Formats: sequence, structure tokens, C-alpha cells
Amino acid sequence: MKADLILRIGTKLLLPFILLFALYVQFHGDYGAGGGFQAGVISAGMVILIGITFGLETAQRVAPKTLVEFMVPLGVLIYAGTGIAGMLAGKNFLDYSVFSSFAPKGRERGILFVELGVLVTVSSTMIALFYAFVERGRPQ
Amino acid sequence: MNSIWPQLPALQIVIPLLGAVLVAFLRRGSLAFLVTLAVSWLMPFISAALLWQTMTTGPISYHLGGWPPPIGIEYRIDVLGGFVLLLVSGVSAFMIPFARQSVEREIHPSKHAWFYCMYLLCFTGLLGITVTGDAFNAFVFLEISSLATYTMIALGHDRRALLAAFQYLIIGTIGATFYVIGVGFLYLITGTLNLADLATRLIPAAVENPPAVYAALAFITVGISLKLALFPLHTWLPNAYAYAPSFVTVFLSATATKVAIYLLVRYFFSVFGVAIDFRALPVTEIMIALSLAAMFIASIVAVYETNVKRMLAYSSVAQIGYITLGIGLANQAGLTGGLTHLFNHAIMKAALFLAIGAVVYRIGSCKLDDLSGIGRKMPFTMIAFAIAGFGLIGTPGTAGFISKWYLALGALDHGWWFLVALIVVSSMIAVVYVGRVLEVVWFRPTGPNLKDAKDPPFLMMMPIIAFAVATVYFGFDTRLTAGISETVAKTLIGGMR
Repeated sequence: MKADLILRIGTKLLLPFILLFALYVQFHGDYGAGGGFQAGVISAGMVILIGITFGLETAQRVAPKTLVEFMVPLGVLIYAGTGIAGMLAGKNFLDYSVFSSFAPKGRERGILFVELGVLVTVSSTMIALFYAFVERGRPQ
Repeated sequence: MNSIWPQLPALQIVIPLLGAVLVAFLRRGSLAFLVTLAVSWLMPFISAALLWQTMTTGPISYHLGGWPPPIGIEYRIDVLGGFVLLLVSGVSAFMIPFARQSVEREIHPSKHAWFYCMYLLCFTGLLGITVTGDAFNAFVFLEISSLATYTMIALGHDRRALLAAFQYLIIGTIGATFYVIGVGFLYLITGTLNLADLATRLIPAAVENPPAVYAALAFITVGISLKLALFPLHTWLPNAYAYAPSFVTVFLSATATKVAIYLLVRYFFSVFGVAIDFRALPVTEIMIALSLAAMFIASIVAVYETNVKRMLAYSSVAQIGYITLGIGLANQAGLTGGLTHLFNHAIMKAALFLAIGAVVYRIGSCKLDDLSGIGRKMPFTMIAFAIAGFGLIGTPGTAGFISKWYLALGALDHGWWFLVALIVVSSMIAVVYVGRVLEVVWFRPTGPNLKDAKDPPFLMMMPIIAFAVATVYFGFDTRLTAGISETVAKTLIGGMR
């Protein structure tokens, strides 16, 4: 307990900044390097760090397994739903012009939704992979 | 209705994708099956509508996101695309009732929902490859279907399924990488990824920079050939088919390889064939040599195989050889034969693998020794197996005869008599391996392990009978198969240099 005090405190200090950085990468994706995939990996890294330092049980309190497995298809649904919104408005699949009458604004919003879907799925898939590996051989 | 009509190309992909998402949310095996069933039964109507539209009003172009090609991704469906779409969705619709009980028997209950999710994703990918008119989009769909396939194979009951899935994962990834390297070359040369645009821009590029175009052709050909299991790139196929869950084997043999062949035809005839003169390259010779090797070597291996699933898998490699032979012949009758066989082989192999799936369901084995006299215990299943087996041989009155007839005509148009003889001789080898199973199944005394064996439940029996009937039906009514293939072949060859 004593020996890994620095590790525990250090991890706790880092966690909010990792999440903040993930969100920065997510929203900065419009203008520069980054986007949903990178942000998803970074935010999943936060959960994995919790798992490594505090143990699997703590990590699964932060990100419960059922939630993670719910998020995997949810992201795909957000992405596909963005496309279907266009179809419902009588336009083609993934036509962003439905989100705003001003074309660039519509595209910005459309990409925001799409990237949100990517974030959700990539992040939860990474966490699910981590759980799957760590839980191997444990009694179910 | 009017507003849904132009959206059909996208709906063909979006509905199975949403189905996969829904299944992943439901997490209950029986509900998951119902969703899968609903999606599978809806898809053929969309495909048929698309095919009808292409035949009456010409190719359909759908601009994803409203971006016009070549900037945006274009979904482009011509008669060939509609034909393959109808094949994939139609075959899946007929075979899906078989899935529920077969999957319940062979896959752990906790994984049922994920299995149907993977099935729908694979289905999405295969339809996507057929619908898209964009080289890179085809790669994405290829990966979607392949990744789902690896998972489905690994779910097999036998532990060797894991190894088979891993083997396929490695080889399939190499294939996909080769394909994308080839596409990269094309993009460097022409600056476009739209297939129709590629074909036009390749014409000047092929004069300026032939080595780069040839390199692209070579990479794409090898990459797709790995996926379609062209001899000698077929090594992943027998194990994958033998150890995957029975339903997966049926689905893959009837659709996955067929879609890969479609992609090869697309590149050969609509992209490279337009830009470069294939007569200056040894494409015909290579394709025909490899096809013949597949027809003979794989058939001979099938003769010595003692596991019926593996035997049918090697037979698939041989039958793919007939299809690529038609592509290699590259004349009107030959290509018609190849494309007709694409359809007919899907139907016949579905019937054969379904029948063996029913045997596995009842007795848990598909080793030839365990099947002695099973014909008397499972008569309808084995009659269907026999009919489809005759189709595989190419007996007149079955679908297999029609395709081989056109292939022989194609060989004659080149004046290659020896090729006609080789087609006949290789069919004789099929007589041996099909006959071997029929002999064991019908003429040997019934083994003690078959006490409780009987025909499978109704839901599993219907698809088997349907495909066996289709084998005979398409041996007489060739409007859908050879008729459409003929139209397609005329367009494809007319577009070549």
C-alpha cells in the first residue's frame, strides 16, 4: 500500500487531464490532427490506467461492463443515424445539409455527430478489449 | 413510395447495418434471430427492385452525402451488380431459417446474439462491395465482411476452428493489403478512386506509365484472388470451411467467394480491360492455367478427403476454377458460363453444405465413415444431397450442366478443343468424389451410431429442399441465370479494348 503511494496519487492527478485532452483532441479534429478515433483511444487509456493502478474492479465501477457493451453498438447507431437523418429529410444518405440551411454549418454539425459516434464506439471497444484480456482465466 | 425508390441503393446497406446494431443491443439469442430473419427476408426485395431498375432504365448512380462523383463516394449498380446483389440476398433469405436450430446446437448460448450481429455485419460488407462504385469504399466493405467472417469461423465448435480462423485472418489481411496497395498505385497514377473515372483516366496513363499500371493490376489481382481462393491461393479455405459452424460454411461458400469474384470481374472488365489491351499481357494464359490446376488438383484432393465438409471445401476450390476459367476465356460464351456458374455453384453448394449441416445437427460428425447408410435414416436430406451432387458433376437437367455447357462453347469459340476435353474429364473426377459419398450413404449397411438419426426439423429441412429444387429448376429455366449473364457479358466485353 505504502510502496505505490506515488503511483496512486500520480494516477489520480493525471486522470482528469487525460479525459480533458481526449475531449480537446475530439473537438480539435475539425481544424487539425485528431478526431473521434484518437480521442476514443485516449479516453479508453484513462480507464485502462485505472485498471492497471487500482485493479479491474475499480475500473469496472468507473466503466461498467454492461455500459461498455452498450456503447459499442451505440456509436455505430449515432453514425448511421446521422446518415439516416439525411434520408428522412428526402436527401441522400449522410447528406449534412439537413442540419443547417447554411451548407458549411451543416457539414460542421454533421461531422461533429459522426465523430461523436466514432468516439463512443472506439473508446468502448478499446475498454472491452482490455476487459476481455484481463478477465481471461478468471472464474466467471 | 416515390421518395423511397431513389434511396434503395443506400437502404440495401443501411438496413442490415442497423439490424446488426439492433441485434447487439438486444443481446437475446431468439430476438436476435428474429431481427436477422426480418432483415434477410427484406433484402431480396430491394435487390430485385434494383436489378429490375438497372434492366429497364440502365445503371443506377447514388451519390453518398449528395457529393457528385468522382469527388464523393458513388454507389453504382449495373446489371452485373444487381445480379450479384440478388444472388447474395436471395441465397441468404432462403438459407436463414436453417440458422436457428443449427446455431443453437453448435454455438454457446451466450454468443448467439453476437453471432447474428457478426452475420449481419458480414452481410452488410458483402452487399456493400457489390453496391459501391469506389475502389477504397470497396476495401472498407471488404474488411467489414472479412473481420466478421474471421469471428464467425472462430466460433466453431471444434478447437481447430481457432487455428483456421487465425490462418484465414493472416492470409485475408495479406490479400486486403495487396488490394489496397494496388488501389494506392491507381490513385497515384490517376488521382481518383471512382471506378468509372479510373477507367477513363487510366487510358492515357497506361500509355505514359505502363509499369505502374501493370503493378497495380498485379497487386489487385493477387489480393482479390486470395479472397476468392483461386488456386494456389486457396490454402485458407478448406480448414475455414471444415471447422466453422455449419451455417457459416453454407453462407461463406454461397456468397463470400462469389462477391470476391464479382470484384475481380469488375476490375478486369470495367477498369483495366477498358484501359489496357489484355491481349498484350499473359492474363488469359495465367487465368486458364490456374483455373485448370484448381479444377484438377483440388478435385483430386477432394477424392481422397475423408471429412465430407473438407471434401466439399476442396470441391469449392475446383468449382471456383470453372468460374475463373470463364473469366480467363473472356469471350461472350465463356464469360456467360463463368457468371452463370457463379450463380449455379452458389445454389448447389448451399444445398450440399446445408445437407451436411443437417447431418452434423443429428449425429455431430461429418466423417465419411460415420455416415454409412445414413440415407435410409435421413432420406430427404440425402436425396437433396444427391440432386445437388449431380448438379456439381454437371448432369444434364441440373444447373451445373448449363454453366459447363457455356464454358465449353466459350472454349470452342477460341478453337481450343483440348479445353473442352479437360472440362469433361475434370467433371469425371467430380463423379468420383460425389459418387464416393453417395455409395457410403445409400449402399452401405446402417451403422450403430445412427440409431436416432432422422431428417432434421421442418425449418432446417425447407432450405435444403428449396436449394435442391432450385438446382433442377435452374437447369431448365435459364432466363434469370444465363439470360442475365449473357447481357452482362455482352456489356463487359463490348467495353473492353
